Amino acid sequence: MSTSEEPAAAVAQRILDSAGGDACVLVDDMSEVDVRFANNTVTSDGRRRLRRVSVVRYVEVPGGRSTGSASGTGDVDVEALLSAAELDALSAGPADDAAGLLDGGQDSDAYLGAPEVEPSSLSALLGELGDLLRRSATQHRVAAGFAEGSLVTTTVASTAGTMRRHVTPTAKLQLTLRDTSTGASVWAGSAGGSLAELSLAGIEASLDVRLGWSTRRIDLPAGRYRTILPPDAVADLVPLAAQAASGRDALEGHNVYSAPGSQTRIGQRLFDVPFNFRTDPNEPGLEAIPFVAARASSGDASVFDNGAPIGRQTFVEDGILKRLLWTRAGADKAGAQATFPGDNMILELPGSTATTADLISNSDRALLVTCLWYIREVDPATLLLTGLTRDGVYLVEAGEVVAAVNNFRFNESPLDVLARVSAAGRTERALSREWNEWFPRTAMPGIVVENFNFSSVSPAT
Amino acid sequence: MPGLDESFLELPLNGVSEAALGRARQLGCDHAEVRVERIRTQYLSVRDGALETSLDDTEVGIGVRVFHRGSVGFAAAASVSVQEAVRLAGEAVDLAKVVALALGEPVQLAGEPVWADAIWVAPYETDPTRVPLGDKVDLLASWTARLISSPSVDHATGSVTAVSEDKYYADLSGTSTLQRRVRVHPVVEAVALGGPAGFETMRTLAPPMARGWEGLLGAGCDLDGEIAALPELLRERLAAPSVEPGRYDLVVDPTNLWLTIHESIGHATELDRALGYEAAYAGTSFARPEMIGELRYGSELMNVVGDRTQPYGLATVGFDDEGVAAQSFDIVRDGVLVGFQLDRRIAAAAGRERSNGCAFADSPLHAPLQRMANVSLLSAPGGPSTEELIDGCGDGIYVVGDKSWSIDMQRHNFQFTGQRFYEIRSGRLAGQLRDVAYQATTTEFWGSMDGVGGEGTVVLGGAFNCGKGQPGQVAPVGHACPSARFRNVNVLNVRRESGR
Repeated sequence: MSTSEEPAAAVAQRILDSAGGDACVLVDDMSEVDVRFANNTVTSDGRRRLRRVSVVRYVEVPGGRSTGSASGTGDVDVEALLSAAELDALSAGPADDAAGLLDGGQDSDAYLGAPEVEPSSLSALLGELGDLLRRSATQHRVAAGFAEGSLVTTTVASTAGTMRRHVTPTAKLQLTLRDTSTGASVWAGSAGGSLAELSLAGIEASLDVRLGWSTRRIDLPAGRYRTILPPDAVADLVPLAAQAASGRDALEGHNVYSAPGSQTRIGQRLFDVPFNFRTDPNEPGLEAIPFVAARASSGDASVFDNGAPIGRQTFVEDGILKRLLWTRAGADKAGAQATFPGDNMILELPGSTATTADLISNSDRALLVTCLWYIREVDPATLLLTGLTRDGVYLVEAGEVVAAVNNFRFNESPLDVLARVSAAGRTERALSREWNEWFPRTAMPGIVVENFNFSSVSPAT
Repeated sequence: MPGLDESFLELPLNGVSEAALGRARQLGCDHAEVRVERIRTQYLSVRDGALETSLDDTEVGIGVRVFHRGSVGFAAAASVSVQEAVRLAGEAVDLAKVVALALGEPVQLAGEPVWADAIWVAPYETDPTRVPLGDKVDLLASWTARLISSPSVDHATGSVTAVSEDKYYADLSGTSTLQRRVRVHPVVEAVALGGPAGFETMRTLAPPMARGWEGLLGAGCDLDGEIAALPELLRERLAAPSVEPGRYDLVVDPTNLWLTIHESIGHATELDRALGYEAAYAGTSFARPEMIGELRYGSELMNVVGDRTQPYGLATVGFDDEGVAAQSFDIVRDGVLVGFQLDRRIAAAAGRERSNGCAFADSPLHAPLQRMANVSLLSAPGGPSTEELIDGCGDGIYVVGDKSWSIDMQRHNFQFTGQRFYEIRSGRLAGQLRDVAYQATTTEFWGSMDGVGGEGTVVLGGAFNCGKGQPGQVAPVGHACPSARFRNVNVLNVRRESGR
């Protein structure tokens, strides 16, 4: 048995010692606190601890190497996990992503215990939140939102010598305010490494400005509009372009990065604006796990790559597509560069210093859309997405926000959106409203998009 | 039929509940609940005949929720022991005290009879998580191999998700329940290169099922027949004309309509949303409790029920995660809103005497939320077949299978695509169309429904992954519905929407 008190590296090493062949062990220790509120009151809260132990076995089978994996939480029976993984490997058949295990190196702190988020980190926030909720009730406002802080310690060890450990701290704070006298609703959020870094007062102040913009409201019809998207709204779109970046699917001819003749679009100019798009585990303020930790293989990730270092990976440089996602085995077959999914995303226009306020003041007439919602893929061939505006659409005229506007449904591809950018601002830490649970580490510029396609009006307010 | 799982019963369930609830009582809690759960989830995918993904995870843990002087605290850990239970109860009370700083209104729960030592097991034959991996891989590989042997198919993937869920619940009022259920979802998708878009995909319509492995072998779907038909259907799609956007009459197959029901009725009639308690994330609702008996939701042919007792429904249980017995209730009757889905907290907030049993937590580490019952559109007694609905359509489009979906945060404006679209010309199917999406507002769409199929058209569909709440939770939910006909619906051409 393994208990959660035992250091993860010790558990992993014990499993590897008894594996009887090639194996990899992944241990995730998660600690989290959260509080949720709505209708000017707290609605739920939570404190949770989780250890998940995953075992991957690699075995020789006729025709190649196969893998099997099993995982469990809590006080897991590691011998049972090992047996289950081995049994699955023996019946799985040769793996397409087979590659030699690699020694991903050793971290000197690998045998340290996993840190926990203390519930006291909520206390300061709750005092401030209580004041905000009571104040909202007296100002004809209804507040809703969510705050959470987590620490995830990931340990990856393998019989090839890898013993890596990384602690990923994440904190997020989101606030929605509805003015019951005007019906206006606004949202903002921020992310960082701890709840103490995040400012509820700062978020509220930004929403005060937007509620001020909402004192006048006009209705506009569906159509194509020049549209300003602040960094948070850009972070609602870009992750879907990154997720679709499978090199294998592109080469096989069935994603948006495919080119005719069994080719990919690598080397093609995607955007006239010379954007760079990358992941980088060492990006200041967005530090992310710097090695591969795959519990199971999938189209773009391989358990054979576990422990492989993830460095800076630039997918788009000067607007030109440079890389797509490839496992080591897939890259080897395709003559491509192994590229792993990273845990952060950075889009930037080098040299740009404009703020979103500058983009507004430089616009004669545009819509300002602060937040997108319910975004789903409609057509994988074009990466057409549909979704809606939510909690903040405004009309900009002569460099000023002049009114709040009704909500719209949009149909757009993020690649087409970035290809129609006429101005972009400086890159800032951003929080996607819809995808922050999966992609909390993003930095994006505000952008001005020509002819953004709003295909219908939504009556939602 | 299998019963409770012996290995789950070997966990110290009584010791954990006595320790957690005893500690909560000692610390002055008005009410407390403890759940011990074991959820085994397997996901396998095969691509062009070779295994690509094999995940097999077992999550075990304790969740303790306490109600302390009007405040709620929740603590959970992935470890099942008496010591852990005592610790969690203390942590939950500590958290309840801290969040009291920001409490605007005390939390109350609607009453519920005590259900002591209750046991419920879903009907199934073979636990799908215990079928040997090799058997599963062989089956999935055979499906994809059949597809790629066709000249119309270039690539094929097959996947199956299998879940078994053992749950123990006890609370300070004396209720204790033991439950077990399983579910399984097969998906087979074919890719064909060519056509104006460069490629087309099409997948099977077999729904996720609250059944055991037997669901894949003919008890809940016809996968063999579907796989046999996919290559020709895909070949036809490649050559199909692109739809001309405009207003069309639609006949919507239950394989598509379940998702429209889910989004535009299921979520819209969750009372926590309607009262603003989900405003931060999933949103609110255009439907309000004061509209009960007044809101014309749809045509007079529209009758919708919420039902946590429906056989093989994905949201079917014996008791919910607040110890409330499963129930069936009306939501829309003759086109008029008559009810909402409730949990105990929301029922109390709305002044109702009792919850209708819609609390669910997707993990022992998450607190229960108000989640969706099986929300189903009733068929018309003696109603028409799908062919008769098409025949009565004149010109229009027949929509089959779900694909893309999106709806606004108050559940007005939605857009859906599908797996297949057929042109209807003079009441007859006239071949497939490409690039179709339909877009409408909820009450306009349901108000345009002028034909509801009979019992013979009903399919029980649903999803494993209905998302809600923060931290995010996913819930399995089923929706039974017949084919139905809708007049004058806005249809988009998605290629033109992309500017091509």
